[in-house]
Amino acid sequence: MSTSTKDTMTKELSNQAPVAESADSFVPQFDMNEIMNCMRCGFCLPACPTFRETGKEYASPRGRIALMKGIATGQLAIDQDFEDNMYLCLGCRACESACPAGVKYGRLVENARDAIETVKSMNASKTTDTQSDQTSVATAQGGSLQVAADAITANGAATGTLPLKHTVKRTAKESFVRNLVFRRIFLYPSRIEKMGTVLWAAQTLGLQKLADKTGLMRILPRSMAEMQKAVPKVASPAARRKRRTVVPPSGAASAAGVMQTAGGGAANRTRVASAATGVVTAGAATSVPAGASTGASMDGSIGSKTIRVGMFKGCVMDVMFFEANEATARVLSKAGCEVVFVEDQACCGALHAHSGEQWGALDLAKRNIAAFEKAGIDYVVNNAGGCGAALREYGHWFEGDPEWSERAKAFVAKLMDANELLAKLPEISFTKEVHARVTYQDSCHLRHGQGIWKQPRELIRQLPGVEYVELPGADQCCGSAGIYNITNFDLSMKILDDKMGKVVDTKANVIVTSNPGCLLQMRQGIIRAGLSDHVEAVHIMELLDRAL
Amino acid sequence: MDESLIRQFREIVGNTYVLDSIQERFSYSYDATPLYQSMPDLVIQPGDTEEIAAILKLASQHRIPIVSRGAGSNLSGGTVPVEGGIVLHLNRMNELMEIDTDNLTSTFQPGLVTADLHKAVEAKGLFYPPDPGSMRVSTLGGNVAECAGGMRGLKYGTTKDYVMGVQAVLPDGSVVRFGGKNAKDVAGYDITRLLVGSEGTLAVITEITAKLLPLPESTQTLVAYFRSLVDAAKTVSAIIAAKILPSSMEFLDHGTMHVVEDFSHIGLPLDMEAMLLIQQDGSTLQVEEDIERIASLCRSSGAVEVRMAATPQEGDELMTARRAALSALARVRPTTILEDATVPRAKLAEMVEQVNAIAKKYNVEICTFGHAGDGNLHPTCLTDERDKEEIERVEQAFEEIFHAAIKLGGTVTGEHGVGLAKARYLELKVGHEGLELMKRVKQAFDPLGIMNPGKMFAKDTRRRVVIGTHEHVH
Ligand SMILES: Cc1cc2nc3c(=O)[nH]c(=O)nc-3n(C[C@H](O)[C@H](O)[C@H](O)COP(=O)(O)OP(=O)(O)OC[C@H]3O[C@@H](n4cnc5c(N)ncnc54)[C@H](O)[C@@H]3O)c2cc1C
Ligand code: SF4
Ligand code: SF4
Repeated sequence: MSTSTKDTMTKELSNQAPVAESADSFVPQFDMNEIMNCMRCGFCLPACPTFRETGKEYASPRGRIALMKGIATGQLAIDQDFEDNMYLCLGCRACESACPAGVKYGRLVENARDAIETVKSMNASKTTDTQSDQTSVATAQGGSLQVAADAITANGAATGTLPLKHTVKRTAKESFVRNLVFRRIFLYPSRIEKMGTVLWAAQTLGLQKLADKTGLMRILPRSMAEMQKAVPKVASPAARRKRRTVVPPSGAASAAGVMQTAGGGAANRTRVASAATGVVTAGAATSVPAGASTGASMDGSIGSKTIRVGMFKGCVMDVMFFEANEATARVLSKAGCEVVFVEDQACCGALHAHSGEQWGALDLAKRNIAAFEKAGIDYVVNNAGGCGAALREYGHWFEGDPEWSERAKAFVAKLMDANELLAKLPEISFTKEVHARVTYQDSCHLRHGQGIWKQPRELIRQLPGVEYVELPGADQCCGSAGIYNITNFDLSMKILDDKMGKVVDTKANVIVTSNPGCLLQMRQGIIRAGLSDHVEAVHIMELLDRAL
Repeated sequence: MDESLIRQFREIVGNTYVLDSIQERFSYSYDATPLYQSMPDLVIQPGDTEEIAAILKLASQHRIPIVSRGAGSNLSGGTVPVEGGIVLHLNRMNELMEIDTDNLTSTFQPGLVTADLHKAVEAKGLFYPPDPGSMRVSTLGGNVAECAGGMRGLKYGTTKDYVMGVQAVLPDGSVVRFGGKNAKDVAGYDITRLLVGSEGTLAVITEITAKLLPLPESTQTLVAYFRSLVDAAKTVSAIIAAKILPSSMEFLDHGTMHVVEDFSHIGLPLDMEAMLLIQQDGSTLQVEEDIERIASLCRSSGAVEVRMAATPQEGDELMTARRAALSALARVRPTTILEDATVPRAKLAEMVEQVNAIAKKYNVEICTFGHAGDGNLHPTCLTDERDKEEIERVEQAFEEIFHAAIKLGGTVTGEHGVGLAKARYLELKVGHEGLELMKRVKQAFDPLGIMNPGKMFAKDTRRRVVIGTHEHVH
């Protein structure tokens, strides 16, 4: 990556968002080398949900990268169209799995969103701006492009030379919400906990019904109103307090057969791509050899001591799906691990990174790195695809940072998704029968972001009594995508309804997934499709837990 | 473009299908061809033939250029609107209208994705052979307009061998239909064939009827490694001389093997100069017999190692090297220029050697792979569009490669089309008189010159490097 991009990533590490004086002189920094890796072959188009739904080139990965390049080279300005489009992207990274050139689209779109937010905060801090804002490339007429490749310098950095006006602005309401969400809530784990308590109280005391009845829900955005129906019953503060911070191994032997190196799989996994079919065989497993082949003993793996795993709880996960985290701990313990709920951990930073708040993401990342260093664990395990994909980026986020780069890499090297770890440990002897016809919806960030898709399917198949059916198009985004189902409600629901149609065809009565966002979306889908009486959506760890 | 005119287009297709903002238009300013970019004035996504007819009528009245576009995956700059105008994005017209199992034909709209047709006909035990490397994304309209080839060209031919009938809209808005399901049809000029490969410069193709074959029972794959290029080329000739027509014979040179190995670590022997990947399909018995014979022909022509795939999966793994070729090459340098100079297959080795010599002469990095059975090479240049001086040398090297191909009795493009990229070299192949005749054909279809202007026929001797067209006069 170009040094300039690194600079923007690591420049501002405080809790304060960078504030610049003027958007007029602002030149967005993009990783030009990554942008140039895109050869515009279009192989990503059929994989992209927003292209499939809209049929517009600009709403495709290739289109978005072209627009970013246009902005980076000063041919285009950051305007409302650009903003809408960058946030219309689900960030599902299905395009990355389809890309024969291995373009890291996920990083590019984060860059783009960061540039948008930077421009917005610049434009917000400007007192007056009365001139016409629609001037951007007003001269871009058919048959010509005003700025040529001259704007791209040979060393990779892009320098726009035109006096383009970046016109996106933040509305007062948006500023308030962003400030609340990104700076006041998600940076503070305790506040998320408190939100959980409020949510619990509301549910328990029937406030939700009250809200429904009084029509309070009507003044909330439609998206929120629909969503809240799908929110599971959250755990009570008392239940939370009862959590054991360390869960000892309960399985037969101590965990065995795990190799020395974990995680980092996404970064260095071999991608054998196919130009003819666009198929990519990406397997974290290929770069992370199984224990036997690395010579680790079949019992007790690291030396002979029990594997100690640090649970990465995930902020939303722990509030909304507290039980799934508990289940994960029980399953890992059954597999022979000692499970620690590491203290002082924070949100993974994905929400910030995906929303153009890279400074906040870095701050959270540092807290996590420090917390897990202190905990003395062998692996950092998480059970939320979205968090895992963000955690795996830590190495990239701190590239070139003298203090944090090595520490971030060490953190990533210990990182494992729960499915990934379980697949490497000796098979658990499940005792209870789970009578269900089960199907699995991939979490995009687990599959396309981390290359993990075989493992969960294999785990489900191991369960006694389970009949597994593959969901056609399971690798395609469900439309949840972080807060996408709030920000782009209509498209999200269209994608979801298509998905539910396929679920119905499988005749499954349990939909399993591996990420809280997807889980919420699946629940919403079940409600929308009127399947509530015979179909349920559960986290994979909860399903495994039922068979223990 | 004039607001009131845009309003008229909106009335034809509906608001959502007319795109006019800068960012929307910008995303239709390029295709898969590196180094070309130019803004359209408007983008329209028509829903049916009638809408297209109405659009063309209006465009004719106002002399507005029309650029048809499928998936924008072509490699000759065919969909770059160098003279502005309207890009017609045809992806909404993607209906597979019929698979006729009695006549073994299929009829579909041009926006249908190639691989989707494959899937649908194969489910019925039928076969549509043209398989361009881009088939997952390319549209059949684009395939027909470029006369796309693919890996199965040697045995099965290319798109032109399958198109039996077309419906098209002429620039004045009239709708014409030629050919159809008749296996024999000599009623007048073969306009169907003329439209195949016409690159959107004559008409907009709105419906296609294609020939289908029975799906071959089985397929087998073999790989052979060679210490010299000449041995690999000799093998290709020997196989054909033995009257075996494999479904594909793909070739990778040393440079490509190196890059592929670096990228995907599949254990290619890097001390080899070239490799051939050969596939045969047909009845199980015949395939087995052919593959055995091919293997022994490889050995007797100098192959150092020959491996046969025991299972279809193993065959797929062997093909990985070929399929990973472009991807691997694309990652080496920022800009990847894929060409397709083609020679009679007997001249294969000579051509590859010349490519290597030319690359050396201009100090540029060129790796070559391609469809050996068709003599269709893909010399691929790894470069950086930001380095003006290097691009200049790349340009010169390609020019020399095209001349070399012509000298060997070959052509400047085997399957990617002329478009913008090869317009300057078309005369090399067809001669002055040939070019003039082509221009008169174009004139007959498109007297106003609004159909994909600037393509096929070069206005000047402009170099291929035209990012943005400030020098452009319009
Ligand atoms: C990675 C890669 C691999 C490739 N491999 C091959 C290969 O093996 N063999 C091969 O032959 N090509 C190959 N190509 C080139 C390309 O995919 C083909 O030319 C394909 O046919 C283009 O289809 P498209 O739908 O993308 O057409 P577009 O690129 O959208 O258009 C191509 C041309 O057709 C015209 N056109 C499109 N639709 C219509 C219509 N309905 N009526 C009239 N004109 C129309 C356009 O104006 C343009 O001139 C490859 C490209 C890439 C990027
Ligand atoms: S598949 Fe990759 S290289 Fe091809 S257009 Fe999409 S992002 Fe670019
Ligand atoms: S991340 Fe998903 S929605 Fe966004 S461009 Fe890629 S495939 Fe499309």
